Amino acid sequence: MEYFIKLFLSGTAKGSIYALMALGYTMVYGIIQLINFAHGEIYMIGGFTALILGGFFFSKGMPVSLVLVFSILLSIIYAAAFGFTIEKIAYKPLREKPRLSALISAIGVSIILQNFVLLSQTEKFLPFPNYLPEFSWLLPYRSYINSTQLIILITTAIIMVLLTLLIKFTRMGKAMRATAQDMHMAQLVGVDINQVISLTFVIGSSLAAIGGVLICSYMGQINYYIGFIAGIKAFVAAVLGGIGSIPGAVLGSFVLGWTESFGTGYVSSDYEDAFAFLILIIILLIKPDGILGRSRRQKV
Amino acid sequence: MKARSILKDIGKSLIIAVWFMILFFPIMVMKVNVTRGVAHINFRWNVLPLIGIGAFVLSFVWTKALEWNERRTSKKKIENGLINNRALNGRYLKNPALRPLILLLVFGFTVAFPFLFGMYHTNVMITAFIYVILGLGLNIIVGLGGLLNLGYAAFFGIGAYTYGLIWKYIGPSFIAAGLNPGWLFWISLPLAGIAATIFGVILSLPVLRLRGDYLAIVTLAFGEIFHMVMQNAGDLTGGATGISLIPRPWFLGQKLQPSEAATYIYFIALVFVMITIFVVRRIEDSKVGRALEAMREDEVACEAMGIDMVKNKLITFAVGTFWAGIAGVLMASQTTYINPDSFTLWESIMILMAVVIGGTGSIPGVIAGAILLKLLPEYFRPLAQYRMLIYGIAMILVIIFKSDGLIPRKRKQYTFTEKELAK
Repeated sequence: MEYFIKLFLSGTAKGSIYALMALGYTMVYGIIQLINFAHGEIYMIGGFTALILGGFFFSKGMPVSLVLVFSILLSIIYAAAFGFTIEKIAYKPLREKPRLSALISAIGVSIILQNFVLLSQTEKFLPFPNYLPEFSWLLPYRSYINSTQLIILITTAIIMVLLTLLIKFTRMGKAMRATAQDMHMAQLVGVDINQVISLTFVIGSSLAAIGGVLICSYMGQINYYIGFIAGIKAFVAAVLGGIGSIPGAVLGSFVLGWTESFGTGYVSSDYEDAFAFLILIIILLIKPDGILGRSRRQKV
Repeated sequence: MKARSILKDIGKSLIIAVWFMILFFPIMVMKVNVTRGVAHINFRWNVLPLIGIGAFVLSFVWTKALEWNERRTSKKKIENGLINNRALNGRYLKNPALRPLILLLVFGFTVAFPFLFGMYHTNVMITAFIYVILGLGLNIIVGLGGLLNLGYAAFFGIGAYTYGLIWKYIGPSFIAAGLNPGWLFWISLPLAGIAATIFGVILSLPVLRLRGDYLAIVTLAFGEIFHMVMQNAGDLTGGATGISLIPRPWFLGQKLQPSEAATYIYFIALVFVMITIFVVRRIEDSKVGRALEAMREDEVACEAMGIDMVKNKLITFAVGTFWAGIAGVLMASQTTYINPDSFTLWESIMILMAVVIGGTGSIPGVIAGAILLKLLPEYFRPLAQYRMLIYGIAMILVIIFKSDGLIPRKRKQYTFTEKELAK
């Protein structure tokens, strides 16, 4: 039983990590039906920005708590700026074109950003300092869950609630839902869809940056390539839960995390990713629209 | 008035330059170096003005290019009612007087290629041919059927592994029986095609209910599972180290030198490219091809017209994956070595890119796309580290300025003449 709880908690922690990324994925997909392959790269850039700026502040003798706040804030701003710029350059000219074009463009952006970081920084794995606070009251339970994991879990929960509130109850959220349903119709009734799409990318990229900083703190290392695999996992999680649905993305991420955790714990650790993909196929066979996905028209 | 608009453009470009200078600042100007857990930052101030100037100039070029692109496409729309009519193939390839001549020239050059250029270039060309076969196969699924497949490399891998495993398990007894191991290649070819087809059908059974991106993600998952199984089933498949010393095909019972073998494989690949082109063309014009095209346009309407969707999807996957199996055997025999890392998601994406950049659904387009995508990185090797960066940029440029691909698909159309209308 203890083993089971351990696996369950490690799966939960893993799931909340995926959820941080999957939320951004699902938002962008919900609005413009684009599998944004570059999302993982934004996450990586968020992590790198935090590493660089955090390292700079730290070397200037700033206290750790301030370093943490500033590096997270700045990495969010930078990631959001990257997301905004990418949308303007690589996706906006393709809005009226077949959907495959935008997908290829996204893959292109992903290649460019990877190599941009590879060429300007390094191809090596860099150690990532953990500036996150350590809770002393959690120490006795350290073998179950550590502070960083708890922080990730709580952050995911807060973000999910905030996003749901934003989309359900604000004016902007209404505009987003309208754009998701029918872009031209939304334009016709006076929604500025350029603004809506830009904002979606800004929010999605900010979430990726938060994810980047937290996950890199947890993993303790960073590399130009981490974004690609993380992006694929997040996409799987988002689809699992029903892409376009915000609670779905979170639920899908947890299902993915638990599957991987129990699969590696009880069956074999060699096939960690295979379990993730297997559960995806099985769930899509039973519910072709994902766990919480309803009819195809309803998005975000 | 004119001067004012130029000033406005300059102002806009200045803002963009500053934006990029700030945006790229942490990654490009600050170089991080971690020693003993402490990050040190080296500032490279000399990069900053370069970013500014680069962004300033490029933003000008970019806006002008987008405007030009806008004008070009809208003008074409007005002229022809349809876009794409003035594409490359329309102007030259379809010109009845020039067509045989061009085809003859291309064919002559392709046949003479291994004799004109060395073994290195022949080998590069073989990989390009393998990509052409893969591209055309995927084109049946994506271009004709409209089913996005992100796990195509797995079928490529199934083909390669069929040959590899046949060599690993049957090869020794084959040789012991005094038979010529070169034959294994020819035995493997159909078997690999069939194996890939079987897996294609097995995969397509569950995905029959899925559409669009859900289908894409399931095929992606299948590809990843294949990769992982190959990597971890070490006893059976050689695991991450793969299978090596796979024989090249023998010519008339003779073992060939590597350079001769390259030429031989080149011609085998060429023949398969031609067979693939022929088959794909026939499929396009057949009843199945029409049904597939209808399915791509609208599944529901297509079903309402009485077209058996299940049958068509199965056929699409079966035919499309068969060619991946064939390409796999060619690849294994060319490199004589296979391991799971040749068949990753990345490979699937590259094949898909060949199809989309060339022109989804267009045979000459896919061929051009596959050859370009394989040759460009190969001949850009001197640029080494910037290669992939340029590659990514080129991809985006192609897709933005020629979003239907380099040689777009020409839709079959029938124009009425005055006489017919009068009837």
